[in-house]
Amino acid sequence: MEIVDETARPRLAPHVRMTFNAARGEHALLSPETVWVLNSTGAAIVELCDAERTVAEISVELRSRYDQVAEGDVQRFVAELVAKHGMEVDHG
Amino acid sequence: MDKPYGLLAELTYSCPLHCAYCSNPLELDNYRDELTTEEWQRVFAEAADLGVLQLHLSGGEPLQRRDIVDLVRSANQVGLYTNLITSGLGLSLRRAEQLREAGLDHVQLSIQADEQALSDHIAGTPSFERKHVAAGLVKQLGWPLTLNVVLHQQNIDRISGILDMAEAMEADRIELANTQYAGWAGPNQAGLLPSRDQLERAEALVQAAKERLGNRMEIIYVIPDYYSKYPKPCMDGWASRQFTVVPNGEALPCPAAHELARSLDLPPANVRDHSLGWIWEEAPLFQQFRGDAWMPDPCRSCDRKDIDFGGCRCQAFALTGDAAKTDPVCHLSPDHGLVEAAVAAANDPNSPTERTLIPRPQMGRPFRKTTATQGTTAGTPVTLLPTVLKGQHS
Repeated sequence: MEIVDETARPRLAPHVRMTFNAARGEHALLSPETVWVLNSTGAAIVELCDAERTVAEISVELRSRYDQVAEGDVQRFVAELVAKHGMEVDHG
Repeated sequence: MDKPYGLLAELTYSCPLHCAYCSNPLELDNYRDELTTEEWQRVFAEAADLGVLQLHLSGGEPLQRRDIVDLVRSANQVGLYTNLITSGLGLSLRRAEQLREAGLDHVQLSIQADEQALSDHIAGTPSFERKHVAAGLVKQLGWPLTLNVVLHQQNIDRISGILDMAEAMEADRIELANTQYAGWAGPNQAGLLPSRDQLERAEALVQAAKERLGNRMEIIYVIPDYYSKYPKPCMDGWASRQFTVVPNGEALPCPAAHELARSLDLPPANVRDHSLGWIWEEAPLFQQFRGDAWMPDPCRSCDRKDIDFGGCRCQAFALTGDAAKTDPVCHLSPDHGLVEAAVAAANDPNSPTERTLIPRPQMGRPFRKTTATQGTTAGTPVTLLPTVLKGQHS
């Protein structure tokens, strides 16, 4: 299994894309059989997952925008999506 | 009431394959009066307005529609995630390139077996080689590849070879789904339902493959509900999260609800007569089994009623003739004996090992007035609304 730690560089899996659904007023990740509804923090994390930034860098960036980002939030979020094949990570 | 997330668009019941487990309705010729290009385009736009995010383009064989590229482009333009569910027959390089350019997000390719003779036998037509070509095209054009395998008596012992083939095709995902006994699979059930020994071997192989492949290929295994204690949470409840529009425009809360819908004698819910919004929110067919007020016992007093929603309405109808009954798969159902008898027959050493299956026949010529203009208009890229983040907390 892929390790999601502070140095991991996450990106969406190739078959997944994010959309903003006007009818619901919410963001969602779309994959062939699954829709993951995102809150605005989740959407902000996904937008920062560009295969360049590390989890640590995304956390720093997110804290500059929100004042309620807990330690480990980004890592947990990414790890959950990796486990569900919605994201992939690189290291180094 | 929630808004629907998914729409299954069964574009046509025309199909070059004759799989005996096909979930299409028995009365295929009732669906020849197919929606036009413009009618489907209106349906897709209304679906997006209604909150639908995913569009599954299926059939029959959706590539039998000459306007498939235009349909994909329209769906993409209104922001839908488009998923083509295909046998691969009809996917030429040119057609694949057009679909890519039109914005098709994902391809699901059906696989019958890992050997040519068995695969062509199950499909009822030479198709094995063409599926390999189609899989190659999907990867070559940069799509993620999902393989759909319907499991039954004739191919479940080939799981190991099927998984090896999927790896060789560089599939990203493979869905190994035991047959649901809807449509043509209903009358063929005795020749399709695997034995308990077959299932146990298959499940051990799937588990080992999951451990071996890790993240390289996602394996989704759908258990056979005939061997389960409780029914599946079919469609996450009737008219709850997704729905289907069939080739002639009838809207159904479940892809297998054709005959059930007719039996209820309710006013038709057809996209030719009504908006999708009205159908989802108001149509009597969609209201019929929504929520839990319709439930009989044992469901009504069961603490699992919010987990499995009484199971599959279509299965209850197919097996008992009454769509409002508890799914007979449930061990608490008064009709569970019907399922037990089928399972007993599948495990009886004296049962015939090879039964003759009824092939899904070819549909008559569809009535179509399509106005396809292939590859002439440039696709407009979908732009996501910019996200306002600063100062928002959730």
